[in-house]
Amino acid sequence: MSKTGQLRSQAEALAAPLPPLLARAEHLAGSVAMGEHGRRRAGMGDIFWQYRQAQPTDSARRIDWRRSARTDQAYVQEKEWQIAQSVMIWANPAASMRYASTDDLPQKADRAAVLALALTILLIRGGERVGSGTLPPGRGEVQIRRIAGAMAAIEPGDEVKPDTSHMPAHSQAVFISDFLSDIAPIATALHAAAAKGITGTLFQVLDPAEAHFPFKGRTIFESISGDMRHETLKASALRDKYLGRLAARQDQLSQLARQTGWQFHIHQTDAAAAPALRWLYRAMETR
Amino acid sequence: MWMIGPLGFGAPWLLLALGVLPLLWLILRAVPPAPIRRRFPGISLLLGLSDDEAQTDRTPWWLLALRLSALAAVIIGFAGPVLNPRVQQASTAPLLIIADGTWADAPVWDARIARIDTLLDEAHRAGRQAALAMLSAPGALPAFVPAATLRQNLPGFTANPWEPNAAVLTAWSDTFDGTFDTFWLSDGLARDSRAPLLAALEQHGTVRVLQSPRMIMALRPLSYEGGAVEISAMRSPTGTATQAQIDAIGLDPAGTERLLASAPLLFDAGQAEAEVSLTLPPELRNRVTRFEITGQRSAAAVLLTDDALARREIALLTSTNSAEGPELLSPLHYLREALSPSADLIEGLLSEMLLANPNVIILADVANIAPDDATALAAWVEAGGMLVRFAGPQLARSDVARQQEDVLLPVRLRNGGRTVGGAMSWGAPKALAAFASDGPFAGLSIPPDITVSAQVLAQPGPELSGRVIAQLTDGTPLVTRKTLGNGQIVLFHVTANAEWSTLPLSGLFVQMLERLAISARPLAVAADGLEGTFWSAQRLLDAQGTLRDADELPPVDGAALATATAGPDLPPGLYAGTDRQLALNAVAPDRAVLAPAAWPSHIAVEGMQAIRTLPLKGMLIAAALVMLMLDLIASMWLAGRLHSQSVAHKQSVAHKAAALIVALMIITPAPGQAQTPDANNDEAAIAATTEVILAHVLTGDARIDETAAAGLLGLSRALYQRTSIEPGRPVGIDIETSELAFFPFLYWPVTASQPLPSSAAYDKLNRYLRSGGMILFDTRDADIGGFGSATPEGRMLQAIARPLAIPALEPLPQDHVLTRAFYLLQAFPGRYNSPEIWVEASAGGQAADGMPFRNLNDGVTPVVIGGNDWAAAWAVEENGTPMFPIGRGMAGERQREIAIRFGINLLMHALTGNYKSDQVHVPALLERLGQ
Repeated sequence: MSKTGQLRSQAEALAAPLPPLLARAEHLAGSVAMGEHGRRRAGMGDIFWQYRQAQPTDSARRIDWRRSARTDQAYVQEKEWQIAQSVMIWANPAASMRYASTDDLPQKADRAAVLALALTILLIRGGERVGSGTLPPGRGEVQIRRIAGAMAAIEPGDEVKPDTSHMPAHSQAVFISDFLSDIAPIATALHAAAAKGITGTLFQVLDPAEAHFPFKGRTIFESISGDMRHETLKASALRDKYLGRLAARQDQLSQLARQTGWQFHIHQTDAAAAPALRWLYRAMETR
Repeated sequence: MWMIGPLGFGAPWLLLALGVLPLLWLILRAVPPAPIRRRFPGISLLLGLSDDEAQTDRTPWWLLALRLSALAAVIIGFAGPVLNPRVQQASTAPLLIIADGTWADAPVWDARIARIDTLLDEAHRAGRQAALAMLSAPGALPAFVPAATLRQNLPGFTANPWEPNAAVLTAWSDTFDGTFDTFWLSDGLARDSRAPLLAALEQHGTVRVLQSPRMIMALRPLSYEGGAVEISAMRSPTGTATQAQIDAIGLDPAGTERLLASAPLLFDAGQAEAEVSLTLPPELRNRVTRFEITGQRSAAAVLLTDDALARREIALLTSTNSAEGPELLSPLHYLREALSPSADLIEGLLSEMLLANPNVIILADVANIAPDDATALAAWVEAGGMLVRFAGPQLARSDVARQQEDVLLPVRLRNGGRTVGGAMSWGAPKALAAFASDGPFAGLSIPPDITVSAQVLAQPGPELSGRVIAQLTDGTPLVTRKTLGNGQIVLFHVTANAEWSTLPLSGLFVQMLERLAISARPLAVAADGLEGTFWSAQRLLDAQGTLRDADELPPVDGAALATATAGPDLPPGLYAGTDRQLALNAVAPDRAVLAPAAWPSHIAVEGMQAIRTLPLKGMLIAAALVMLMLDLIASMWLAGRLHSQSVAHKQSVAHKAAALIVALMIITPAPGQAQTPDANNDEAAIAATTEVILAHVLTGDARIDETAAAGLLGLSRALYQRTSIEPGRPVGIDIETSELAFFPFLYWPVTASQPLPSSAAYDKLNRYLRSGGMILFDTRDADIGGFGSATPEGRMLQAIARPLAIPALEPLPQDHVLTRAFYLLQAFPGRYNSPEIWVEASAGGQAADGMPFRNLNDGVTPVVIGGNDWAAAWAVEENGTPMFPIGRGMAGERQREIAIRFGINLLMHALTGNYKSDQVHVPALLERLGQ
């Protein structure tokens, strides 16, 4: 088989999960009504914003004669400032995300990818430029497909930290992850992003088993990749401690977000995806 | 065997293994349950956490206790524990085993033999000698022999269908000698002979008794009262209410044995006796050979019947009409009185009597018999019948058997009779001479007050003396007899009433009838006459109540049979004498009660419950298995493997459990709902039959059913107002489930969508049509097609009617009775006015003179078929206003009126049949009456 042929078949295999993922993301995105995405202030744009009295600095061309003819004053029509934002979406590709406690629930990675893509679709339809990971921000259907391809990438390790080096300054960012691994790389990345003027959202996706810890009896816990293990003689006795640590971690994340001007949200995979998407979208809108 | 209280151990040394249990406790305690491996992404949050509950690595104490008790159960189980073990007696004296061996033993005789076998086995192992005896037939005291040799004789050791004789037992107990122990297998019934025998046995050694409490039932001799057979039964012990069944068994006409009748036998709680009354038709009753309590394999549960039950059928005939004279003068009065307690009487015409084939025909003063009847009567006598004739004025006046001997009279008669001792004659009334000792009346004592004042006289002849079986003191015959073929003819030379003699007033008359086997009496009455007679056994009962052919038994004396007590010399069964059968039953008639045998307190009585040894090994090992399974479940629970990990999973488990419970509930039938239609059946039937109810067939189409109901309501109201038919509220019926017979008329609107009736419903419909019901089929399509045209309703009607027994049809002729049953009609409209209405084709009558109708007398048409949608024309609302518009204006109202008139005519036709057709003949009848 020729080299291009191999590449093609690999690409096909890679793209195989994309159409259903895209379809589900499209479906999910369809549930969010497209809202006005203006910047809510006067600026460059096509849409009327407000009239104001003409100042001497305004050129005569900008005077709205139709409005000014009704009064003695001269008015200038101001347009709303419309500008395309760059949004960088990062969904944690680590092995720890590929976990679902029962067969009825989607994996965390699955839910994260669907949410990320749906958000991508919404934003691109809203005229924004969206990028992911090393993929620079772009617009159009092609960009959606590229991002979908990037979402399908899989990392073998349990911990992957977000890379802020490719993020354009003053852009927005969305980090979707379980945030259960070491918090230090995340804090570092967040601070680096804040330094570049990037604002955004921390979106924590948790399985119900992770949120409630329903285990009992003598248990050996293993990480998804099998790198880490922890043995306990009575899992139910660990419950309170675990939940305490989880709450502390969420508190930490929340504080980190507040310090850097980000937002923080927790989502469980047994909840519906549409409200989570609406929250994400509104979080993007209010910037 | 090692005993702790009532518990014995077969291998007690194994119990030492219980000592290792504490050691196991220590070992098992240290082994924690196996861990489960789980993948869990949140592990980084767990890293560094330590268990602070250190004891959870030990097995919990209750799980340990469960395991140890399972192990203990296994150890104890294999140690062979037995509850109430049978402990060997350490006696070396010879063992005498005696069994009552009566009918009460018979149902459990196999168990008795098994017990004797066990006893002999134990005696054999103990090296004891043994002897075996049965109290119902003790014989000589058997010698003590090694026990093993006796075991070979056991198969021949069978129970007898009688009870021990006290006198025989006393004699038997006197022959006891030496020292021996006794084991007595009692049959459970109290007997007078028990106490002396027990005392005699105790003088020679210890006595042990086996007596199992169980229900013993016995039948008493039956009695016959008021046309019913009364059977009473006893039981022992009296306990709770019990129901048994009594079967009457006999030969059917083909000669095979069959169950002829059965009745429940109910013992009330605490009652020792129960009675059942069986009313059987004479033909059936005469066939009964025995009664049995079903399922009781005992001779006492069998009641053999002999001639006592067989009621003879006797036909009585006289020439004079008794209805016009005083009852006491009736020639048949005394015969009826004498015979009716023991026989079934037939009265009527001679030709009818012969068809009933009675045992005896009695002609009281009948002289002339029609030649045909005489031939038939002679043939009947030759076939084995018995003809008894009484003389009287008719016979004395007639010329029957004067010139030559009549076939139906035993002797020639002289002309006229003779009268002695009357006002117009000399001499005193004659008395009876003593009966000849070889005659049928031998031994009967003659009351001195019997007189004969008139008789018919026999013509002397050479054969006369051989035919006389009773005579007067002057030697003139009183009763003569001759045989004809297999039967016989008997002539009483006096009347059957007290006119000529006082014989019918005496008890002798009844005895003479009985001796002639005219009437048969129960055994008790006849017992005094049994002395000196010999009876041979035909079929004998064994202890289990089975009838077997008798072996070559010597004939028994009638006197012994009269005591009716069975014994070794007189086994119960059927005994045949010269002309009758006697039954001897296992239970003596004087045995009043059955009571459980009571034993002195110092005698060891083994009941079934006392000797019940219970090996506990199986139970203990099963318990150990159950405990191990519990251990498995508990271990899994401890290890967390039983727990679902998420809420969703719990819900699914809950759903499955709920589904299972629902499925179980569905499987359980709901009896309450199934019963309701039955409960309403009677009410519906009563409601449907107290009034005339019009009915319509439910089609399943709600609108059409509603229209049909409203239509019949309108028609019912019109009938109520205008005619003497006063119908109730119409009902809709389901062809499949409702009873049709209550309704004289069915309105059946045919819809294309209704289901075809089932075959059971067709049976019902055909029965309905045959028995005079009428169905009006309405296809409701006359507006779009004529009859038989291919409308969907028309095709459906063809499909419905195909299996129905509908006769040939014709379009309604102009002279059909429907045109004049109440109103004179020429059109039969409903909502539509199509003239095509089909009824049963009339069988071509002729036109009567001067009448517009043919003479058609027979037949109410079972079906009327049309498509005019009559129900819509008849239909009214509850307030009486019409439901549907018909036609236009006044013409439409006129059409509605005609439709109602057609309905009235139809109902008149359905209810009065061809009455109006008969009116055709009224002019002719009036004309005849006028002459």
